[in-house]
Amino acid sequence: MGPYLLKRLLATIPVMLVVAVFIFLLLRLTPGDPAAMIGGDYATEAQIDEIRQTLGLNEPLLTQFVIWIGNILQGDLGESFFFKKQVSELIVARIEPTLSLSLVTIIFTVAIAVPIGVLAAYRHGSWIDRIVMGFSVLGFSVPVFVIGFGLIYVFSLQLSWFPVQGYNRIGNGVTPWIHNLILPALALSVIFVAFIARMTRTSVLEVLGEDYIRTARAKGQTETKVLMRHALRNAAVPIVTVIGFAFAILVGGVVVTESVFNIPGLGLLTVDAVLNRDFPTIQAVVLLFSLVYVMINLAIDLSYTLLDPRIRY
Amino acid sequence: MASQALSPGRQTMRRMVRNTSVLIGGILVALICLMAVFAPFLDTLDPNQMSTSTRLKPPGYEGVMKIYTDEGRVKVPVLYRMGSDNLGRDIYSRVVYGARISLVVGLAVASISIILGMVIGLVAGYFRMLDAVIMRIMDGLMSIPAILLAIAVVSVFNAGMTSVIIAIVVPEVPRVVRLVRSIVLSIREEPYVEAAITAGTRVPLLLYRHVLPNTVAPLIVQGTFIVASAIIVEAILSFLGVGIPADEFPTWGNIMGTARENFQLHPHQILFPGIILAVTVLAVNMLGDGLRDTLDPRFANRM
Repeated sequence: MGPYLLKRLLATIPVMLVVAVFIFLLLRLTPGDPAAMIGGDYATEAQIDEIRQTLGLNEPLLTQFVIWIGNILQGDLGESFFFKKQVSELIVARIEPTLSLSLVTIIFTVAIAVPIGVLAAYRHGSWIDRIVMGFSVLGFSVPVFVIGFGLIYVFSLQLSWFPVQGYNRIGNGVTPWIHNLILPALALSVIFVAFIARMTRTSVLEVLGEDYIRTARAKGQTETKVLMRHALRNAAVPIVTVIGFAFAILVGGVVVTESVFNIPGLGLLTVDAVLNRDFPTIQAVVLLFSLVYVMINLAIDLSYTLLDPRIRY
Repeated sequence: MASQALSPGRQTMRRMVRNTSVLIGGILVALICLMAVFAPFLDTLDPNQMSTSTRLKPPGYEGVMKIYTDEGRVKVPVLYRMGSDNLGRDIYSRVVYGARISLVVGLAVASISIILGMVIGLVAGYFRMLDAVIMRIMDGLMSIPAILLAIAVVSVFNAGMTSVIIAIVVPEVPRVVRLVRSIVLSIREEPYVEAAITAGTRVPLLLYRHVLPNTVAPLIVQGTFIVASAIIVEAILSFLGVGIPADEFPTWGNIMGTARENFQLHPHQILFPGIILAVTVLAVNMLGDGLRDTLDPRFANRM
């Protein structure tokens, strides 16, 4: 396990390097002059020159890249053009809402998707199965902001059960925090429920045909125990495989959901940064999300050994 | 007996027509295409025509548009089937014309990413030397979440149709490359490819004649799913205000983006384009699911 972990960690370096080079080049090859952008409309030629000097924009591209990477590795993500603050400060301030939204979404997803997936597999071919599969195609097709506005319309505007928009920090109490998060998390979880339920159904269906399920039933195990202990546990590996893919959708979904529900998280920060062409912030957010994505994929690979002792590295 | 007489192509056609998802999805997609093509004849107005006196009207509102032309002010009676937006534009016309953008973006993204992905994938799958380099670059691109990558690309260019298409193509290409490469890797071990190599077939001809045909079915299926995801991503970008500007072309995404501020009082402005967007994506996805089952059973098992 030790040498394997090291090897996998080393393998992430070239991937992250490609991401860094791409993000660096993409935003360096923009038509505009970053120095002029930082200086603003009223900066003189001399001031812009000075900014260019301090940022090292006169250096060759390769030197610039090395300086940039060096700074990032030391935790210096640069200063936001638009917010005039350190990007690292901005990100830290925005992490809580995004993490909260993602966490509640994941809880909703697992709580809904796994039971209906197992049920659909258990009652394979029945109307329950058909509803679950139909919902899964539907959930893939309705964009998250359409679901979000639909939920706001019904539950906030018509029924007034939930606030229309906004976020309450968890420091202000758990009840207002969760009250604000239910609708956005529900909207965001639809696509995952569709996806995970389908995966669960397929893999449970495959496992249910195995000999040890028949054995478990033969020895008089209750159906619930057969499903939960024998089927689901063995069906877990394919379900875990898709979590990496699900995270990529989650990031996109967070950007949109935060925008619809006006939640001041990393997603809203990204949209604001793009609208204001705030390149240091865009670079930092993209790098951060990509790093998390790569790490999650690594964690998934490692978790196989825990879920299925037959897999050894 | 009858089915034996049919060529494999005709048999596939038969299976496709008998498949319910292909049928329903196909009919819906065809209807939306017709709506896009015949948009001017569906009793629509100029979708960008503003009218300050009839702003934010409810669905079914009958009023008078005051249009300023070179000859002066003209009054035109108008029926706002789906209401009007914050600038008095007819939402029904904008929704109908919006189909054009969604379909153009979807088709453009799918064809460009498939062509690029196919070329890169064939090269990566066939030339061992380049494979490692190309695949590391693709892995890197794939580790940036797609919507984030599209947003980053779009932030570099000016907002508009071309930049939106480029922004959606960039994250799609690596996925096509992976698919093509995996097919090439399995095909090149086949006896008939080895025979062709022994017979002295040159690499370009070998790829064209023996490898390429095997990628067609999976790529048609993949292409359909790319169309669906491109339509969603375009809508998301335009909704967020970083995609196609609302005063340039109406798109389902930017109609909803415009309507956001007035959502509490005029929710229908978001619900109408939202529903048609969802139906379109659903139709394309159904078509894709059905095509996967009929054209490429092996691919269906891989999912």
